[in-house]
Amino acid sequence: MDRPLTHHIQPDKQPLSLKKYEKQGGYQAVQKALRDFDPVDLQNHVKEAGLKGRGGAGFNTGLKWSFVPMGDDAPRPKYLVANADEMEPGTFKDRLLMESNPHLFLEGIILSAYAIGAEKSYIFLRWAYHLSKKNLEKAIAGAYENNYLGENIQGSGFNLDLHIHISAGRYICGEETALLNALEGKRANPRAKPPFPQTSGLWGKPTIVQNVETLANVPGIVNNGINWYKDISNSEEDGGTKLYGVSGKVKNPGLWELPMGTTSREIIEEHAGGMQDGLKLNGWLPGGASTDFMVEEHLDVPMDYGSVMEIGSRLGTGTMIVLDDQTCPVGMIENLEHFFAQESCGWCTPCRDGLPWTEKILHAIEHGEGKMEDLDQLARHSKWLGPGKTYCALAPGAVEPLQSGLKYFREDFERHINEQRCPWS
Amino acid sequence: MLSPEEKHEIDEELKHLPYKESAAIDALKIVQNHRGWVTDEALDDVGEYLDMSPDALDSIATFYNLIFRKPVGEHVIRICDSVSCYLTGYENLRDAITKKLGIKLGGTTEDNKFTFLPIQCLGTCDHAPAMMIDDELYRDLTPEKLDEIFAQYK
Repeated sequence: MDRPLTHHIQPDKQPLSLKKYEKQGGYQAVQKALRDFDPVDLQNHVKEAGLKGRGGAGFNTGLKWSFVPMGDDAPRPKYLVANADEMEPGTFKDRLLMESNPHLFLEGIILSAYAIGAEKSYIFLRWAYHLSKKNLEKAIAGAYENNYLGENIQGSGFNLDLHIHISAGRYICGEETALLNALEGKRANPRAKPPFPQTSGLWGKPTIVQNVETLANVPGIVNNGINWYKDISNSEEDGGTKLYGVSGKVKNPGLWELPMGTTSREIIEEHAGGMQDGLKLNGWLPGGASTDFMVEEHLDVPMDYGSVMEIGSRLGTGTMIVLDDQTCPVGMIENLEHFFAQESCGWCTPCRDGLPWTEKILHAIEHGEGKMEDLDQLARHSKWLGPGKTYCALAPGAVEPLQSGLKYFREDFERHINEQRCPWS
Repeated sequence: MLSPEEKHEIDEELKHLPYKESAAIDALKIVQNHRGWVTDEALDDVGEYLDMSPDALDSIATFYNLIFRKPVGEHVIRICDSVSCYLTGYENLRDAITKKLGIKLGGTTEDNKFTFLPIQCLGTCDHAPAMMIDDELYRDLTPEKLDEIFAQYK
């Protein structure tokens, strides 16, 4: 099976040196693209391959690039920003790529910048990822030395500068317009859209913000072509492979590169080894904290963007968080809403006031002080905080585990209220 | 007054940025790194250097959870309280640290050695529960492992 994202990764997880990476076919995609592709051809190539954003939104990457103004009269400079903030709870995939395969990530940045004609790029990296920073700094220095970054890259006339910005925290920085404000040195409040960053982003210039894993997909597409990219996927619509992860009380928590569209059953039972002894699977969040619960009946749903959406959830980041039968679902949801309430940037009223309200209700229910009408209030909040009520997707994401939790674990909520205690404690 | 080192480090960031105020967050992190936390005086110093008002800087400083506007201990313990660590027993770990150091989340030990804070998901969920002490990551934690870890900070 082809594993374009991880086949360079050594058993000890140490990153390859630039020379060794080159020997294994590294940076050939950059050479090829600069030689054979016009930037707009590269945009179309990636669009047709069916690469979708791996940060969670699942938007077609090449299509996103096509909104950037091209040509001599396009505003300059244009920017390519790698979103390496990875703060979605339960998500640990970009860390692996940056720590153990930094050159593949850089290659993706260079190719993507070339496709949109960007001359400046930033990696927006979360503070906690010290090893990522160290390994990326070394890789970037090597890329400059070998003229994969800097002026007139490989004699093509294409210039690209790359700088790492270390974040000062807050989950909201993962939202692309909030991230741009943070890069500009401001409070990370999301911006109103339109204008979209593709036309007016960083310092008002055309900007593409792309997740680490998304960028790491681009070299493989350039090297091996559209048909190969579609063939390595198990999904009808979405190309490529996916870094799927599992955390929670399974036997073997971890991260695996598998064909896009692999089922949850295969991921949880085979790769993660199933539940720890004595525990049963009660449900899981398929792609980080801000996705709707899936339950046993969904074990055979292919984990691609369209299939997961059909059953009312989202693939998100593809890193699953597994709930076992010995852990209280209400307690888990309270933990999630505590996170979202804390991380609201405070810009929009429904999010700023609504999320602490849901947390307070959940806390009361979990601690034996809930009333039946609280469940109606939680259901109302799920709607009031849903899509279209706020500038960004934080609040709509926050209510995904809440609304689905109310649906699948209704009896557990009611038991807490009827018994005036947590049945798990 | 900013020290020559602080100025030098801020200048390095400015090389990559088109406007002075774009370095506000970097500059706050730099002075915190040298001084332990961001004092009112530090806001004045940075403001003067970047042509910004101290109030504008304060609005930025108070937004980001990794910038301190209050003093912290010599070492900062950050325990992940997000969902994967919740599922794998972060509460036991938190209580064990509280018992060991005699401080709750948000507190600093009397000898000023440790400040104990919660942190959002550390992105190492397959090795939960996790915490960081300063820049060091500790994973697959149990309360039994704490003695050995804290012995390194004596």
